[in-house]
Amino acid sequence: MRRRRFFYWVKKMKQIEILYFAWIRERIGQPKDQWTTNSDTIAGLVAELCKRGPEFKAAFHDLAAIRVAINQEMASLESSFHDGCEVAFFPPMTGG
Amino acid sequence: MTIRVQQQPFDVGHELNRFMMGFDGIGAVVNFVGMVRSQPEDDPIEKLVIEHYPGMTESSILRIVDAAKRRWQFEHSLVIHRYGELFPREAIMMVAVQTAHREAAFDAAKFLMDFLKSRAAFWKKEYRNGVAEWVHHRAEDDRAIKKWSQ
Repeated sequence: MRRRRFFYWVKKMKQIEILYFAWIRERIGQPKDQWTTNSDTIAGLVAELCKRGPEFKAAFHDLAAIRVAINQEMASLESSFHDGCEVAFFPPMTGG
Repeated sequence: MTIRVQQQPFDVGHELNRFMMGFDGIGAVVNFVGMVRSQPEDDPIEKLVIEHYPGMTESSILRIVDAAKRRWQFEHSLVIHRYGELFPREAIMMVAVQTAHREAAFDAAKFLMDFLKSRAAFWKKEYRNGVAEWVHHRAEDDRAIKKWSQ
C-alpha cells in the first residue's frame, strides 16, 4: 500500500522551467529556474515558491502586480499547467 | 507584415522608405516613432533599459498585428521594437501601416500603439541621476485598450 502511494506521488510531480522578468527577476536574483512541483495551479506553485526564501516572498508579495504566462500564452493564478511546460512571471508589460 | 525585435538602433527614414517601396498602389501610410524622452530637464532620463521575453515578444506582437489586420483589412505593416540599452533621442520603436485610405491607416496605427504599450512582452527601466526605476504600468494604458472593444 505504501509503495502504491509512493508511485502515485511520483506520477504527480511535474518538471517545469520558470522564467522571471523585470523587477521579479531582480528580487529573486536569477532569470530562470528548473523546478519540480506537484502543484496543479499557478496559485499553488506561487505558494510553494514563497516557501523557498525571503527573496521569493518579496517577489510574490503583491500578486495583483504580477502577470503569468504558460508556454508563452497569458494565463492566470487559477490556470493549471503540465509537466515540461514553461511558466513565466512578470509585471504588467510596458512596451511601445 | 514585418516584425523585428532587435537590440541595434535603426534608421527611421531608411526603414520607412523601404517599407513604402515594398508595394504598389499606395493609398495612405501612417508611421509612428516612439523615442526615448530627455524631458523633464530637471530630472532627465540618462538611459533606458528594455527587457523582453524572447519568443513571447514576437508572438505577442504578431497577435496584435493580426487583430489590426482583421479589423482594417490591410496588407502591409511594419513593427520594429528595440530592447537593451537606449539613450535619449534614440528611437525605441516604430510602426507603419499602409491602407487604401488615411482614416484606416491612422486608426490601425493607433490600435497597434495602444496594444504594443501594454500587451507586448517588454519591460522598461529608466535611469535618472544614477537611480534605476522600472516604468509603472498606467491605468490609462488599459483604458486605451478597452476603448477598442467598445
